[in-house]
Amino acid sequence: MGASLALLLPAVLPGLVLIAAGVVLLRLRGTVRDVVVLAAPLIVLWLIWVLPDGTAGNIHWLGYELVPFRSDRLSRLFGTVFSIMAFAGGLFGLRQQRRAETPLAYMYAGASLGVVFAGDLITVFVFWELMAVCSTLVIWMAGRGARGAGQRYIVIHLLGGVLLMAGIAGHIAQTGSLAFDAMHADSPANGLILAGFLLNAAAWPISAWLPDAYPQASWSGTVFLSAFTTKTAVFVLLRGFAGEEILVWIGLIMAFYGIVYAILENDMRRILAYSIVNQVGFMVTGIGIGTEMALNGAASHAFVHIIYKALLLMSAGSVMFMTGRTKCTELGGLFRTMPITTICGIVGALSISAFPLTSGFVAKSMIVDGAARDHLTIVWFLLTAASAGVFLHAGIKFPWFVFFQKDSGLRPPDPPWTMRAAMLLLAFLCIGIGLFPAPLYAILPFPVDFVPYTGSHVVSQLQLLLFSGLAFFLMLGWLKRTEAITLDVDWLWRRLGPAAARWIDSGTTRVAEALADRGWRAVRRTLETIYRHHGPAGILARTWPTGSMAFWAVFLLAAYLMLYYL
Amino acid sequence: MPSADGKDYWLARPSTIRLLWVVFIVILALTVLADLFIDHHGDFGIDGTIGFYAWYGFVSCVVLVIGSKALGVLLKRKDDYYGR
Repeated sequence: MGASLALLLPAVLPGLVLIAAGVVLLRLRGTVRDVVVLAAPLIVLWLIWVLPDGTAGNIHWLGYELVPFRSDRLSRLFGTVFSIMAFAGGLFGLRQQRRAETPLAYMYAGASLGVVFAGDLITVFVFWELMAVCSTLVIWMAGRGARGAGQRYIVIHLLGGVLLMAGIAGHIAQTGSLAFDAMHADSPANGLILAGFLLNAAAWPISAWLPDAYPQASWSGTVFLSAFTTKTAVFVLLRGFAGEEILVWIGLIMAFYGIVYAILENDMRRILAYSIVNQVGFMVTGIGIGTEMALNGAASHAFVHIIYKALLLMSAGSVMFMTGRTKCTELGGLFRTMPITTICGIVGALSISAFPLTSGFVAKSMIVDGAARDHLTIVWFLLTAASAGVFLHAGIKFPWFVFFQKDSGLRPPDPPWTMRAAMLLLAFLCIGIGLFPAPLYAILPFPVDFVPYTGSHVVSQLQLLLFSGLAFFLMLGWLKRTEAITLDVDWLWRRLGPAAARWIDSGTTRVAEALADRGWRAVRRTLETIYRHHGPAGILARTWPTGSMAFWAVFLLAAYLMLYYL
Repeated sequence: MPSADGKDYWLARPSTIRLLWVVFIVILALTVLADLFIDHHGDFGIDGTIGFYAWYGFVSCVVLVIGSKALGVLLKRKDDYYGR
């Protein structure tokens, strides 16, 4: 690593560059602002590819070594997709009236890049917390309706930060090293680090924050949110806990949790939020399997997922922007007047379902095949069932209920050209990666020993998905949505917690009132006694005749005399 | 479902929908027939049999929908439950 790079480092650290761009953007207006919005992520992307592999800028601090910059294949892969995502999100959000949203989203994206290029745990932690703060501000940009969800979101993430910091402190105490490398959850400290990472991955049982908060953000804010927090968590799990067996099972639970809740959901953006948990479940399972093939699968799945999930949420965001509605029960039939949004939504839906010729197919099949090559029978059968379920809950359900279904009578046109351009860019990437996977395979962490387009792969995937589609249309009556939500683990702190607090509060109030009542009565009794004796009518306040005083004085003197002579 | 001007898009006409079903079923049949000519070299035995992915995908989805409905009976609430 050259000394020149170390000197330049703060100015070329990809995360800091994007954060600085966000800070500057807060003050900019007009065309200059639009130019910076579009240029900043591209400059960051360029930096990521010109900076050499290795570490730089090491700082000695309290006897430890901080490594603010470390680049390798894995970090470059995530850095690449994060900057593409920031660019597409910035383009999509150019029309956003709340002008602070995109700058805050850039700081959020920059913080994610900070984690991705961090070489030590303290740097990871600092950017981790910055991500939590910036993403909460992005949620709050949606206004009053998002306030409660944002509050719950930040509390959960600060809790995750506490777990992570406690784990890091323990890890440093045990090993004496800050370095962020592969570890195992074999000590309480490393277990806490894993828990902190998993919380950001929306791992069950603490998944509810994601479908609670993300769909409350604005039509453009949700697009940013879908990309960074969970996928940064996937990155740190890949870096730190590859092959940790418990992740296989946590990932499978997440995959099915996402499907079941999305099937029951009515709000289109919440359907897509549950489906993030489902997709991250596949990645977490791949990380748990831990073979080179499965890790490549998890990493490439994260890459393509960011793109097609953003595309799906852009398509949903366009519908929300044009109609102001998000519930499936209020939408339908929009294909008539929103052809580009419909087609882009369908491309995203086919990609998430891993249809052949889309990006999902060339990535996700590596995870499922990784399970097969390792002869993990139960895992393979569950992953395959979950793959069928993805088509059911996101692949058909989202486009069907939003763009087809009944005729809602709405006739909105496609959104403005900036939003259409962002969608077309990502749709192009989904198909492009699906048709030509080689460039993606070339930048994966391990050499790729996998051919996606074999007759067997294509036919089996088509059977799986098309028959899932058949099941969808045959059971359409059961899948019709009503205006309902489904309770989740967050019921514990949204309902049970406040109810318990109210109950304890009323209980303590009763006790306090009883005590206060007694106290008052005692005080009143004392006062009454004093008043009785000393008050105007009290025995001690009576006027005494001078005669009786003289009499008593004479009586006492006489008694004294008599006692003296006795 | 006619639109305001009396005629609807071809995609929403009942005749089109019937045609789409026919095409869909033909494609479904073709994907299963393709199994006769392709060796799936199944890793677990059963996954190499003809039409495995077809019935497995279908059954998985039916189970998922029924399971979700059952869970929904317990966990579904009006969407203003949390006072949004």
